[in-house]
Amino acid sequence: MFKYFPHTEDDLKVMMERVGVKNFDELYAQIPENIRFKGDYQIDSASTEEGVRHVFDMLGAQNKQLICFAGYGVYDHTNPSVIPSLLQRSEFLTSYTPYQAEISQGTLHYIFEFQSMMAELTGMDISNASMYDGTTAAAEAMMMAVAAGKKVNKVLVSGGMNPRTREVLDTYALHHGIELDTIAMNDGVTDLNELKVKLAQGGVAGVMVQQPNVYGIVEDFTGFADACHEQKALFIMDSVIADLAVLKTPGEWGADIAVGDGQSLGIPMQFGGPYVGYMCCTEKLIRKMPGRIVGMTKDNREQRAFVLTLQAREQHIRRQKATSNICSNQSLMALWVTVYLSLMGKQGVKEAAQLSYAGAHYLCDELLKTGRFHLAYDKPFFNEFYVKYDGDVDALYQRFIDAGFLGGVKLDGGLLFAVTEKRNKVEIDELIKIAAL
Amino acid sequence: MNNKLYGKLIFELSKEGRVGYNLQGNNYGKYEIPAAMQRAEDAQLPECDELTVVRHYTNLSNNNFGVDTGFYPLGSCTMKYNPKINEEVAALPQFQNLHPEQPADTTKGALTLVSMLEHALCELTGLAHFTFKPYAGAHGELTGLMTIDSYHRSRGDMARKKVIVPDSAHGTNPASAAVCGLEIIEVKSLADGTVDFDDLKRIVAEQGSEIAAMMMTNPNTLGLFETHIPEIAALIHDCGGLMYYDGANLNPMLGVCRPGDMGFDVMHINLHKTFSTPHGGGGPGSGPVGVREGLQEFFPVVSPYHGNFSVMMRAYAYILSLGREYVKLVGPLATLNANYIKESLKDVYELPIDTMCCHEFVFDGLKDKSTGVTTMDVAKRLLDDGYHAPTIYFPLLFHESLMIEPTENESKETLDEFIAVMRQIAEEAKTNPDEVKSAPHNTPIGRVDDVLAAKHPVTTWKVLKNEE
Repeated sequence: MFKYFPHTEDDLKVMMERVGVKNFDELYAQIPENIRFKGDYQIDSASTEEGVRHVFDMLGAQNKQLICFAGYGVYDHTNPSVIPSLLQRSEFLTSYTPYQAEISQGTLHYIFEFQSMMAELTGMDISNASMYDGTTAAAEAMMMAVAAGKKVNKVLVSGGMNPRTREVLDTYALHHGIELDTIAMNDGVTDLNELKVKLAQGGVAGVMVQQPNVYGIVEDFTGFADACHEQKALFIMDSVIADLAVLKTPGEWGADIAVGDGQSLGIPMQFGGPYVGYMCCTEKLIRKMPGRIVGMTKDNREQRAFVLTLQAREQHIRRQKATSNICSNQSLMALWVTVYLSLMGKQGVKEAAQLSYAGAHYLCDELLKTGRFHLAYDKPFFNEFYVKYDGDVDALYQRFIDAGFLGGVKLDGGLLFAVTEKRNKVEIDELIKIAAL
Repeated sequence: MNNKLYGKLIFELSKEGRVGYNLQGNNYGKYEIPAAMQRAEDAQLPECDELTVVRHYTNLSNNNFGVDTGFYPLGSCTMKYNPKINEEVAALPQFQNLHPEQPADTTKGALTLVSMLEHALCELTGLAHFTFKPYAGAHGELTGLMTIDSYHRSRGDMARKKVIVPDSAHGTNPASAAVCGLEIIEVKSLADGTVDFDDLKRIVAEQGSEIAAMMMTNPNTLGLFETHIPEIAALIHDCGGLMYYDGANLNPMLGVCRPGDMGFDVMHINLHKTFSTPHGGGGPGSGPVGVREGLQEFFPVVSPYHGNFSVMMRAYAYILSLGREYVKLVGPLATLNANYIKESLKDVYELPIDTMCCHEFVFDGLKDKSTGVTTMDVAKRLLDDGYHAPTIYFPLLFHESLMIEPTENESKETLDEFIAVMRQIAEEAKTNPDEVKSAPHNTPIGRVDDVLAAKHPVTTWKVLKNEE
């Protein structure tokens, strides 16, 4: 018949007899005739494997492969070959959510490791089993703050938040009935004074900032957590997780919730997804946190075992009383990140961060030396920076592309460049040559 | 699958000084990260060499069960075969290396793929447009409801804040509505498991001007086709509401009936169910939302780019492979397989609604209730015989729900073996009930203490280490 359908003519006959029908039509006798689909779908005829490969090769050839100096939330980091190889193990790939703990210890173990690693990197007590991506994790944190608060529905968001994230926050806020307000920027960083003024007006459930912010600037959040807590608002930090290998952690800044995207931990950019979101919080907030959580327990043979726990928080129990509708996590991508962090380990994550930092600062210095660029804000940055160009930015950007480079992301008339440990000096020097033309 | 527990954590394999990476040297000159920026202590991540990491995760995978391992009749989850060619094409570097902010003229192939997949899904569902932003089924539900909410708002119809769902609906439906700021009205089911049309008429008569939408799966969570669907759609449309189709149960409709033709205006599809993309142990999925012409302008921004793009690539590879000839056999074969199991077991398992089902059906536990063997026990005993358990205790309409969905990919031999094991368990429940109640015996771990896990949460290595 067809390679995915094992039914022989004989099988069909025997099975239909058992079921008491003569043909497929009779299986669906209960469906009114006027809504039955008759005829053929207007899609292509069945394709061989070679045919499928041909379609994808043809489409792939229409994408331009560029050496990536873009970031804006999505970074081109090292992708160790071990990871896709392990992720293709079908025991991981083709399993469902680990409801049956007895035959899902593989998944439950790695999620426990993932939670442990996220808690370490963010400096927080608790992590959930992962979220869809960074933007939706931020939206969940926003709703969590409102649900944790008492009759408050305002959330303040730093102007340094990536507009892509902000747009998702706006969507959720509109429908969920949350009032979002922006904390203005002052010379490239979040204005603490304005935050205090807005907090004092009352009704604020949470305050959300991004680290490094959209311009790549590493902000000094001294005083932010205290200002929030004085007004009983939760302090939420959205961080680029790879950078937390060296940067002061959300835990150290006094955050109540830490969220963000895990993509910077070696997940391919793959045109926007799948990535993985992370969400961590203080122990106090564990029962307010959305998503799945894996915990340790024992089995009836006295062995250490792992299991999905605290499920009373989840949507399938709470139904319309739920404050999140998340049912799954982003399990396989959480495994990606877990294997990445196992390979890179304690030293590797720091080394990658230092290389990224050095590469970005080298590129920045060399661009400034051309005399055509200047930093929009004179503030400390990490591996991403925002410059203005004294010529035609669009023409420059196209020159980069023609030479095989994705020369950053165009943002408000300037360029936002990112450098990771995957780039090298030869590539950077080449980019600078084009920039200096 | 290895039935002995491996049980280690990567942290327990760590030894100071080992590395599993090699990065280039730093030849950029002296650029030091300022101390003021830095965290006080290093993150306590493991230190392992490459082979140790590879063996660890391979050993973990051996304590896991997937569709490739064995039969996975998990109702409402559509655990079909995940074809290997899908994985091959999704891994192509020409797509893997695309930054989502690349200008459109450098990503023509990827964008063409999105529109080709959209065209195919429109054709298969009878709807006009799709957005691929939603990352999962639940995310799709939320996206669809936001679309509906925005549509009503755009017309100044601000009172429409209520969503009707059947009492048999999955918990995600009401949760998605709540997140969208909408209120739930439950409509009752009849004894045969379908929507009580009279109760629905009463709800519409009383609250018609406040109805934003009715949310349904069809076939419903019992695997039964709602034959009144045209009348239900007309009733909801007449009161000004929209019809939402939860695509969780779309599989048996391929080749049979299209949601658009049933009268639905908005739907989501779980690409990880109907279109064969792997479940991955709980994600990533993909939950594209389709709408009737005119509603596409209300699609919300629920994620920044094109959703889980490489999951979409897999779904498109599946559609290309099946083509128009075989895609229309998916529904009938899945339906035949489900009915075959149902008819072969209904003399020993309680079948509350004895009628033709679609892709799945629900038993209410064993027929003989005198043994004290529960649905939980049956499920656990199945694990001993190398099967994944069916979905248990859902839907909530019955006390001992056991929901079985075989999919179209399973052979008659596989089904016959499963049927034999299910009968054997029913027999064992009478002759040796303790053996069933204490199952599983032949798995890496036995039944776990859920209460301990919840009462005293240990969720990180740091805490575990201190405890031990």
